[in-house]
Amino acid sequence: MMTPLRITPARLGDSFVAQVEQISSQRILACYQCGNCSAGCPMSDHMDVLPNQIIRMVQLGMREQLLASKAIWACVSCMTCNSRCPKNVRIAEVIEAVREIVLRTNERRDCLPIAELSPETLAALPPIALISSMRKLTS
Amino acid sequence: MKLSYYPGCTLKSHARNFDESTVASMARLGVEVKELDRWNCCGTVHGLASDDLMHRMAPITNLIRVKEESANAFMTSCAMCYNTLKRANQAVRADADALSTINDFLSLENTKYTGDVEVLHLLEILRDQVGFEKITSLVKRPLKGLRVACYYGCLLVRPESVAIDDVENPTVMEKLVTALGATPVRFPLKTECCGAYHTVGQPELIADRTNRILGNAYDGAADVVVVSCPLCAYNLDHRQQEARRIYSDFHPLPVLYFTQLMSIALGCDNAVLCFDLHHVDPQPALAGLGLV
Repeated sequence: MMTPLRITPARLGDSFVAQVEQISSQRILACYQCGNCSAGCPMSDHMDVLPNQIIRMVQLGMREQLLASKAIWACVSCMTCNSRCPKNVRIAEVIEAVREIVLRTNERRDCLPIAELSPETLAALPPIALISSMRKLTS
Repeated sequence: MKLSYYPGCTLKSHARNFDESTVASMARLGVEVKELDRWNCCGTVHGLASDDLMHRMAPITNLIRVKEESANAFMTSCAMCYNTLKRANQAVRADADALSTINDFLSLENTKYTGDVEVLHLLEILRDQVGFEKITSLVKRPLKGLRVACYYGCLLVRPESVAIDDVENPTVMEKLVTALGATPVRFPLKTECCGAYHTVGQPELIADRTNRILGNAYDGAADVVVVSCPLCAYNLDHRQQEARRIYSDFHPLPVLYFTQLMSIALGCDNAVLCFDLHHVDPQPALAGLGLV
């Protein structure tokens, strides 16, 4: 379903932009929305907002919508976007910063159903999968 | 030649086939591999947040262990460990304050880290120190007729600062399998992400990635796929079970570590191949060519 999106410049320079820039060390406003990141993203089929839209939402200070999106958890930091960005924005770092903003609250909004997995499933999974998923998806 | 070796957690459990074939094949090449004493988990992923110093501690502790053994470089064959250790090394080399904070935190260590250890991947050692010509000269059982799709995934080539080869079109593994007598196939999706840790919570997502990546290898008429990452190996091999269930046109393909092909070609004992750890048995494809 299409959601109408009202764009206003009122939020430029918002504290959310500053927070994401600080955690990610990236210049968010350098992005000129070419869409190359989304074109090459292997996870784009599993995202509700695409990587270039994530950057745009940060630019516009759309904090709550972005923090509630599924896409920030779908990104696995494969770095394909980073290697192809013509403006040298490291999109994976920006998405990590948005995840961190969620995980650094005291709400413990973890995104991994680890407690629901059976002992057999956990035993079958290699340590590399369990450790990396917990590192990326839990607080 | 002697080399300090960091195996990593998964090579000591689910990927013993990678560990044992690494050690055995390097011995055949005249390289003595010495496993580090007291190594610890690298953390598996590099924290991308600029202020995330806590997750640099585990990799830096390993670099201290290398120094304690009077070495200035070490090798790992796991792509994920390589990436995490090398990125942490680059991060502290570029940020003296961060390095100082980490050393302060690790104050119980007898050795300070000063950025003076090199992190190398086994494929770099094979290309730059052993050399493909020497490898060819030591082949006992050429992999003649074996068509191999070389899969790099993400962590050997991205980001560019840690890439062991060309970011978009790496060829080091193709050169290695050619040196072993095999034929590399055209494989456009060789650096496409396998979905990584989503295998824990979303196996069907990994089945989708596996279907696409292995479908591409199958289109290149590959007999086997070789990898350098235990997470890629798990996803591309074990998640074929889900891929077969979901996609009616899916063709199973065996997935091996490049070190297993080296072990076969260099005449190592078959016991190091640990084929019991595989989901799709590589033996029929190899036996058809008289290789096992």
